[in-house]
Amino acid sequence: MNPHLVLRVVSKLLIPLIVVFGLYVHFHGDYSPGGGFQAGVIVAAAVILYALIFGVDNAKRAVPTWFVKFLAAFGVLLYGGTGVATLLLGANFLDYDVLHPDLAHHSGQHIGIILVELGVLSTVFAVIMAIFYAFAGRAPDIPEGEW
Amino acid sequence: MTEFDWTQLLDYALMGMLLAVGIAIVRLRNLFAAVMLMGVYSLISAAWFVSLDAVDVAFTEAAVGAGISTVLMLAAMLLTAREAEPVKAIRHWAALIVVSVAGAALFYAVGDMPVYGDPNSPANSYVGMDYITSTPNEIAVPNVVTAVLASYRGFDTFGETVVIFAAGLGVMLLLGLNPGKKKGDEE
Repeated sequence: MNPHLVLRVVSKLLIPLIVVFGLYVHFHGDYSPGGGFQAGVIVAAAVILYALIFGVDNAKRAVPTWFVKFLAAFGVLLYGGTGVATLLLGANFLDYDVLHPDLAHHSGQHIGIILVELGVLSTVFAVIMAIFYAFAGRAPDIPEGEW
Repeated sequence: MTEFDWTQLLDYALMGMLLAVGIAIVRLRNLFAAVMLMGVYSLISAAWFVSLDAVDVAFTEAAVGAGISTVLMLAAMLLTAREAEPVKAIRHWAALIVVSVAGAALFYAVGDMPVYGDPNSPANSYVGMDYITSTPNEIAVPNVVTAVLASYRGFDTFGETVVIFAAGLGVMLLLGLNPGKKKGDEE
């Protein structure tokens, strides 16, 4: 029986909210403070909270190491791929206007910003998880007396 | 002289708290308390950035400085001792001299700084003004910071993303993601 019942219940309540807030920060980044970087950090914080309460092994089952490696590269590729897409559509690198024909509402800019921020989100999230896994896996579990 | 700006008292209070927390961190020998106080320091800085209307920076400071850094420092602390070794007094004096010289140089430079919020300051007048006036017409997103970061300066942000990726790659290559396990039973 795990003695940290209060911590477990509270974090189980909080973790979904933290992830949703992270996604809100990402997708609302055009209108309010925030963006891909902050969102990536917040979502990573949710997973790290899970790892602290339920153990690194359980966290690695939820967010496997292969997924972390994949996301880190995927983010950079998504960002660069958006730039290459604009190149192929006949504009400059990362000139988002060509991504959508509706120039009056600048829909191309919105699509481009969300896409590159999504790239930032996944790279930042994955790199923070990678650093955490690399360090936390080395440390022994926190002894009971130090909680 | 216009009306007295009461919010600057809040800034002074926050800076005083930063100073107090900084001195406390220097004087503490218990690493756990020092790590926690560094988180507090970041959180107060974030509050101060909000007071200076730099909300995006405050957000990042609160998430990275107070959140992730504290966790990583705790994870690093678990690998070493809980108490710092006492340091010889002569090294304190060397550190004090470095800090005093750097602080004096910063105070000397304060005279050349533009007044806070000065619309004619270099940061606000040239390209900064251009971004603010043309963002509604060219990008049409309300948050100018996002427009500059992801669109006008998208190439720079791409570079930053690659830097973060390279940092993660370095950690993965040097430390591995499954430390403590033998090479055979990975994944």
